[in-house]
Amino acid sequence: MTDDPRRPRIGVLAVQGAVRPHVEAIRAVGGEPIEVRLPRDLVDLDALILPGGESTTMRKLIDAYGLREPIASLARGGTPLLGTCAGMILLAERIADGDEPVFPLLDLEVRRNGYGRQLDSFEADLDVPALGEAPLHGVFIRAPFVTDVGPRAEVLARDPDGTPVAVRQGRILATAFHPELTDDTRLHRLLLEMVGRGAGHPA
Amino acid sequence: MTTIERSTWTTKVGLARMLAGGVIMDVVTADQAKIAEEAGAVAVMALERVPSDIRKFGGVARMSDPKLITEIMQSTTIPVMAKCRIGHFAEAQILESLGVDYIDESEVLTPADEEHHIDKHAFNVPFVCGCRDLGEALRRIGEGAAMIRTKGEAGTGDIVEAVRHMRAVQKGIRQLQTMRPDELFAAAKELRAPYDAVKQTAELGELPVPNFSAGGVATPADASLMRQLGAQAVFVGSGIFKSSDPERYAMAIVKAATHYDNAEILAEVSAGLGEPMQSTALGDIPPEERLAVRGW
Repeated sequence: MTDDPRRPRIGVLAVQGAVRPHVEAIRAVGGEPIEVRLPRDLVDLDALILPGGESTTMRKLIDAYGLREPIASLARGGTPLLGTCAGMILLAERIADGDEPVFPLLDLEVRRNGYGRQLDSFEADLDVPALGEAPLHGVFIRAPFVTDVGPRAEVLARDPDGTPVAVRQGRILATAFHPELTDDTRLHRLLLEMVGRGAGHPA
Repeated sequence: MTTIERSTWTTKVGLARMLAGGVIMDVVTADQAKIAEEAGAVAVMALERVPSDIRKFGGVARMSDPKLITEIMQSTTIPVMAKCRIGHFAEAQILESLGVDYIDESEVLTPADEEHHIDKHAFNVPFVCGCRDLGEALRRIGEGAAMIRTKGEAGTGDIVEAVRHMRAVQKGIRQLQTMRPDELFAAAKELRAPYDAVKQTAELGELPVPNFSAGGVATPADASLMRQLGAQAVFVGSGIFKSSDPERYAMAIVKAATHYDNAEILAEVSAGLGEPMQSTALGDIPPEERLAVRGW
């Protein structure tokens, strides 16, 4: 983090989805949460979270209110991003079964609801070396399934079957699960640590 | 090897959390489900008849035909919910076997049991239940409901009951928050609700599971009103496909649920929408024909 005494302003895309758990996690790690519904809400953000929810709904509301280009431009300018579940779908360069990508920023392919319907939703402990030794508890809800990770993205964690479930590419983090639904705030901390590391472009 | 746990309480409540800020739309055909998804619905409720037609049709309203539910599940990628009768755990077992994403144990259908609701903890699929006040909400949560919706009066297009029920729940919660811990035991007795759920609600200052609104939402302004009164999302039954322009209504209500506190956007999405569903004022419905009183 910077020497700036000001708390980092962390946006949460709030057009639809599990916004509040992220807002609470941001407060828990010392950030100032900002709910983003319109382009004007993006001003002076230090980082942005794309939460879980229905990606089809979020996609419509992103386009209806002109959020696509300003968010992509934040990411190009080096603002750190975290996408969880639907947020990972919004960030993926490739979506299996034909859907157009939204912010093609992450070198991976996902399949929506690739783990199945709600009855296939599950929890599992995950090893995430980037976050330390203790496992991270992953809550997967109608989760996207990562079908391919390209060379520009780094896999941070895999599910018990070996499928990638957390990736990092430059200053962009994405998970197929919901770190915001547990009390473990290490991923949110990691996002905050990326804030203010100087201007630069994601890999 | 790490173990995987399926259908946990966290995943059940978690799906409800994912629907926050959204609109769940009643659909009676696969084509309507596609229209709903295209308009930005977060989920659909698969039904043979929307509540306003259930009212007209009369007789016994039951779980929908599994064939219809399956067709709707195949036609859309968003979550699909379906309704079973209050207490009809066999209908719930059938719906679970179809793989629906949520079951609504609903007063809109004719109750199958006048004393017992379904033991929802016994199922892997999550349940949503209706309520008119805090006690009813907490009884359903005690039985395992992972999402609550205030009932309103379905199929009317009159928002008055939805408002009454949401205000009753919120007022009940505020009252609990003013109590000393030793007063919560008596409160649980008065609410006829499990003490643990009462205590948890008092501590959180809200229900332990997401609280949505249903029954009577007919316009974008109605959706905004319910969101401002504390609903995290809204169910719209007859309000969309019984309006003069379902696509536009659907999209307008989706935008209203998101921008519920932005009057300029609400004015914009409400402008030139055309006729809402044909509505019936609550006062014109004889007490014995009201649906919200079903459930105990």
